[in-house]
Amino acid sequence: MSLVIEQLLNGLTIGSFYALIALGYSMVYGVMKLINFAHGDLFALGSYLGYTLLVMGTAYVTSILGIWGGMIAAMLVAAIGSGVMGLLVERIAYRPIYPTGRLPAVVSALGVSIFLQNAIMVVWGARPQAYTSDVIPSNILTIGGLRINILQIIILFLSFLLMGILYYIIQKTTFGAAIRACALDRETAALMGININLIIFFIFALGPALGGTAGVMVGVYYRRISFIMGWNYGLKAFTATILGGIGNIPGAMIGGLILGVLEMLGSTYISTPYKDVFVFLVLILVLIFRPRGILGEKVAEKV
Amino acid sequence: METLLKISDLHIYYGSIQALKGISLDVKKSEIVSVLGANGAGKSTLLRAISGLVPVHKGEILFREKTLKRRESYKIVIDGISHVPEGRHVFATLSVEENLNLGAFNRRGNQKLVSERKERAYDLFPILKQRKDQLAGTLSGGEQQMLAIGRGLMSDPELLLLDEPSLGLAPLLVKQIFKIIKEINERGIAILLVEQNARKALAISNRAYVLETGNVTISGSSSKLKDDKKVQEAYLGGTALKKQKNHFLLKSNI
Repeated sequence: MSLVIEQLLNGLTIGSFYALIALGYSMVYGVMKLINFAHGDLFALGSYLGYTLLVMGTAYVTSILGIWGGMIAAMLVAAIGSGVMGLLVERIAYRPIYPTGRLPAVVSALGVSIFLQNAIMVVWGARPQAYTSDVIPSNILTIGGLRINILQIIILFLSFLLMGILYYIIQKTTFGAAIRACALDRETAALMGININLIIFFIFALGPALGGTAGVMVGVYYRRISFIMGWNYGLKAFTATILGGIGNIPGAMIGGLILGVLEMLGSTYISTPYKDVFVFLVLILVLIFRPRGILGEKVAEKV
Repeated sequence: METLLKISDLHIYYGSIQALKGISLDVKKSEIVSVLGANGAGKSTLLRAISGLVPVHKGEILFREKTLKRRESYKIVIDGISHVPEGRHVFATLSVEENLNLGAFNRRGNQKLVSERKERAYDLFPILKQRKDQLAGTLSGGEQQMLAIGRGLMSDPELLLLDEPSLGLAPLLVKQIFKIIKEINERGIAILLVEQNARKALAISNRAYVLETGNVTISGSSSKLKDDKKVQEAYLGGTALKKQKNHFLLKSNI
């Protein structure tokens, strides 16, 4: 029994990484109808920025902020760094080619992905780096036979907090309604007095910022980071986006969490090497029986 | 009376196709002006040019003596022009209330003001208040039109552009919509109304323009246009049926 709970908790932790990354894919796709393939690498960039702050500046940062304060600072730096890079990518690689259609932008996104991956390799090296345990110790709590890593609790708390804030902004505020309106019908949104460029700015800054934060979380949780990590996590998070219903914010969160739990349960009870098979099998099944994803339901518009 | 909107020699192209071929038109304060014409005459294009959705190739659009050329759509709304597009375009997966809130997007910081304006919209269309938590996509066609107009009023415009507000509505609803347009106008909002229902449009407007393939062919006071032979023939039934028959005969001869 305790194994199930532990694995569920592990699954939710990984799932919250996927969910945070998936939000960026989903927001950008919702408004721009563009799959931002560079998003996974913006996540990786965040992970490396956090690594630089925490590991390279360990003594200094943690002496001022303490261990957990240092972790939060690393997340902030990663969020800002990835967010700024997200804006630059939009400006340089996407905006000039929007008028040429959607496909060129997707190719450009792939190009940016390769560029970022290699840039990370050039700056931080091709060998994997580690968030060493002197930076973030793992404290295992044992509660009634249940082994829980405190780090997990913190990660879960922070990611649910971030998701909750984003959910509130998107679903409950007029600004969020404007984002959803832009996703539905940009021209009419402009007729409401909504500045589309402001919305684009928001999604391209916030999506990567959440991804970058997840990058630090992955670093402190798994310790090991590599310059190609953006590909793997990006693909899983993209899957989560499709699973939940692309363009749908709550869908991306739920899709990510489900994916994480499935992966964990599959690897525990069936086979670890095949864990990705379950993930993508579920994706295929969802696509066959519910092509719009779990929450991707559209209300028919009457004309 | 003070001129609100002044358009002179407006030329619009879609690619190489010319949609408007030098149109001049003006709307004065608190006036209802109709633009009549067949499908494809360029009526919607005219409204889209005013609200900055299509670029102006040549000519001038002045609102309160300031040019709207190359001005972004969202700023034009803030200037005081609200455009209710053809086909309503309500945001289907947003609630009725959210749709209304978006109409006052740039005033979103002022909750009190937004609530007041929402109440005004509910006064005008009480059905919207009953449906405020419903998704806009679940409303009937008539209710969606009311929502679209209500939403257009949320920015508190001086000039309201209405594109085919009666399109696809049952006769009883059409009557109601036109009554409400008149009511809105009585609150001091000028209206530029594009309509295919010429009879109804002429009945409520002060002046009218007739557009044919990108040109203004007839213009003047609505009462004068109602009696105009050409207008009667082409847009008010009149001998239109006969004309259509001839048209078909001609076609079959070819």
